[in-house]
Amino acid sequence: MSVESVTWERHDRRSRLLRFAFALGGLIVVLASWQYLELDLRDFGGATAAFADLATRMFPPHLEYAPEIVAPLIETIHIAAVGTMAAFALSIPVAYLSAENLTPNRLTYALGKVIVTVSRSVHTIIWALVFVIMFGPGALAGTIAIAVRSVGFLGKLLGEELEEIDAGQQEAISSTGANRFKTLLYGVFPQIKPAVVGLTIYRWDINVRGATILGFVGAGGIGVHLYTAVDSFAWRTVAIIVLAILFVVILSEGVSAYARTKAQ
Amino acid sequence: MLETHDLRKVYPTGDEALTSISTTIEGKEFVAMIGPSGAGKSTFVRCINRLTEPTSGTVELDGTDLTALSSAELRDARRNIGMIFQEYNLVERLTVMENVLSGRLGYVSNWAAFRRKFPQEDIELAYEILELVGLGGMENKRVDELSGGQRQRVGIARAVVQNPKILLADEPTSSLDPETSHDVMELLTDIATDHDIPVLINIHEVDLAVGYADRLLGLHDGELVFDGTPEELTDDTHGVIYRGEELTTTEAKRAIPAGGRR
Amino acid sequence: MVAETEQPRSTWHRPTTFYDHRVKWGIYVALAAFLAWSLWGILAGVGLSRFTEGLGYGVTLLQTMYPPRTEAGDLVRLGDRLLESVAMAMVATAIGVTISIPVAFGAAQNLVSRPIYLLSRAIISISRAIDGLIVAIIAVMAFGFGPLAGIIAISFKTVGFFSKLLSEDVEDINMGSIESVESTGASRFQTLVYGVVPQIVPRFVGLTVYRWDINIRASAIIGIVGAGGIGQLLMTAYSRYEFDYVASILLGIILVVLLAEYVSAVVRRRVQ
Repeated sequence: MSVESVTWERHDRRSRLLRFAFALGGLIVVLASWQYLELDLRDFGGATAAFADLATRMFPPHLEYAPEIVAPLIETIHIAAVGTMAAFALSIPVAYLSAENLTPNRLTYALGKVIVTVSRSVHTIIWALVFVIMFGPGALAGTIAIAVRSVGFLGKLLGEELEEIDAGQQEAISSTGANRFKTLLYGVFPQIKPAVVGLTIYRWDINVRGATILGFVGAGGIGVHLYTAVDSFAWRTVAIIVLAILFVVILSEGVSAYARTKAQ
Repeated sequence: MLETHDLRKVYPTGDEALTSISTTIEGKEFVAMIGPSGAGKSTFVRCINRLTEPTSGTVELDGTDLTALSSAELRDARRNIGMIFQEYNLVERLTVMENVLSGRLGYVSNWAAFRRKFPQEDIELAYEILELVGLGGMENKRVDELSGGQRQRVGIARAVVQNPKILLADEPTSSLDPETSHDVMELLTDIATDHDIPVLINIHEVDLAVGYADRLLGLHDGELVFDGTPEELTDDTHGVIYRGEELTTTEAKRAIPAGGRR
Repeated sequence: MVAETEQPRSTWHRPTTFYDHRVKWGIYVALAAFLAWSLWGILAGVGLSRFTEGLGYGVTLLQTMYPPRTEAGDLVRLGDRLLESVAMAMVATAIGVTISIPVAFGAAQNLVSRPIYLLSRAIISISRAIDGLIVAIIAVMAFGFGPLAGIIAISFKTVGFFSKLLSEDVEDINMGSIESVESTGASRFQTLVYGVVPQIVPRFVGLTVYRWDINIRASAIIGIVGAGGIGQLLMTAYSRYEFDYVASILLGIILVVLLAEYVSAVVRRRVQ
């Protein structure tokens, strides 16, 4: 089948030409970018050597430092947990507004879309910059940054989930004489529950990763320590921190994957 | 007793789905509404519990005019009307028991509904009805694990557990294979007799309707063109319902006694 | 079953996905306790009043941000740096995707030996687990400030993402058509070119464009740690409290990000 379709495309000159133009255009843009950035292949050669050098400096990791990073690691996990929880609570009304079939009117729909777009197009670290000014340096600013960035993600995906619910189930429940609340509870919520649980856990997993860098702008977590260690060229300390981050992130990824299969 | 008077439905697109339907259904009558697709069968059934809002006319159930009710009153009235759907419309991710018990939602508090806590009598009734529809022992199965026939039985159980005064069924067999369709029709006739309630179903399979119903209503283009027993459904009347043929006056009089059948 | 049906039962408990109801409640309580502990951990040091106070500062901040700065010189600098970010994303995508190809084939279980598979998977895991900014901050220290560090960091992140998704496609390849090419007596390389490549090219293009879109977002912020692009300008303006300029920069970033998202969506739709 697929071999046939490929042969067919081969004979289609127009699409072939288009593809060629697309590839050539891409190549030109990349080369122009290379030129614009004044890059030199030798830089990359040097990079390999520098990385090798760095690796030797990082070895062996500074194990004695490990106890010092337990508290900031826990803070990182706290930031991710509270940020996700707050985002979850906020995303429910946002999802409701941005679901075309449920939103009260076109104005609320637009409002929902604006919230989702603004939240999603600004990176967590930029949100953190803003909230550090407002709430001072520390975990609170980081948590709010995580929450604000996650609202758009959860609101968008839950909204799409709400748009796809089966209206028949809702109708059947309301035809038994159930009120709106009970209809939501029985006719709507069971349909979106796996998505709600799955997406929230998934976002939590992403947020654990995101929370590791908040410290670069003073918004709490392990990043503060990493920043200090890198700044003072304490490479063996950097190594232990990166290893600890790897451990926490991979662990939370495992927990997230397991919990999501359970939520089906 | 269900009585519709001059029931009319015009959709916002301008399509007139029902033109002045007046009829009465009572006792433990098993009434099947037949007609080609697009005749308005489904609209008629859905207008009774106002899942589709009728444009004009009245629907009276045991003397209460449903079309005049506020939304809170309508909710209370709907508790007395069991409805069975073509696509079952079960809550796929809940268990059989939860789906059956959802027929009692109109009677429990919001808080009890939230905790999935139903009164003992309701649970006893649910078990009883599950036996009745042949799903004994299946209460803990999730609905999405069931076959089509089993799902429709759950749908029937959900309607019957309401202890309704009338049972409506919107094409209950068209998603089922022929054998299961017969089982479901049989079950519905049994329920009509055992629970002493009328059953109104709309159905496009004429042979099923003729085989099980006490009375047939024929709908063509939103108009009631036949009302009689299955025996009275001749080739001519069949033609009226399905091809919109004109009957001679005498035949027409025989087919539709003036003012509907009382 | 018959014995059960003789007596009507008056209780019913919903079966749970957990082992039993006690385990379920145990997990719920543990989760609630964990969240309470987290909340306490975040708020203990600051208190709720700091939160409400912060909202007040937010209003002041918005006032200093408005109107955004529009002086010609500042806008030129802004445009320059934005262009630098886009160029970084371009180069990093090209480099990252190129490196990804061997890694992706190495991570496809059906094509390679076990040790190569495990090595490739390890590269992917590490690349995915570590945030780009962490790589960037280390790269900056190793090679100095500027786009080079940013490109290295973004390329590194691209490899993990791209190889993982591409390897899944490689694993899904229709073996039948490979065999049909092989049966003509083609060499291993020829089999790859005629049997494997045509099957994954559309997906490959789609993924590249998708990742390019993500890389635009990344290159816009990576300068926060000095790794080049618009982020560097943002950080300078931020540390000088020039919040009206920060506003212009943020608007510029959002514009470019949305534009990239749009282009990426259009191209991906056309490819598929």
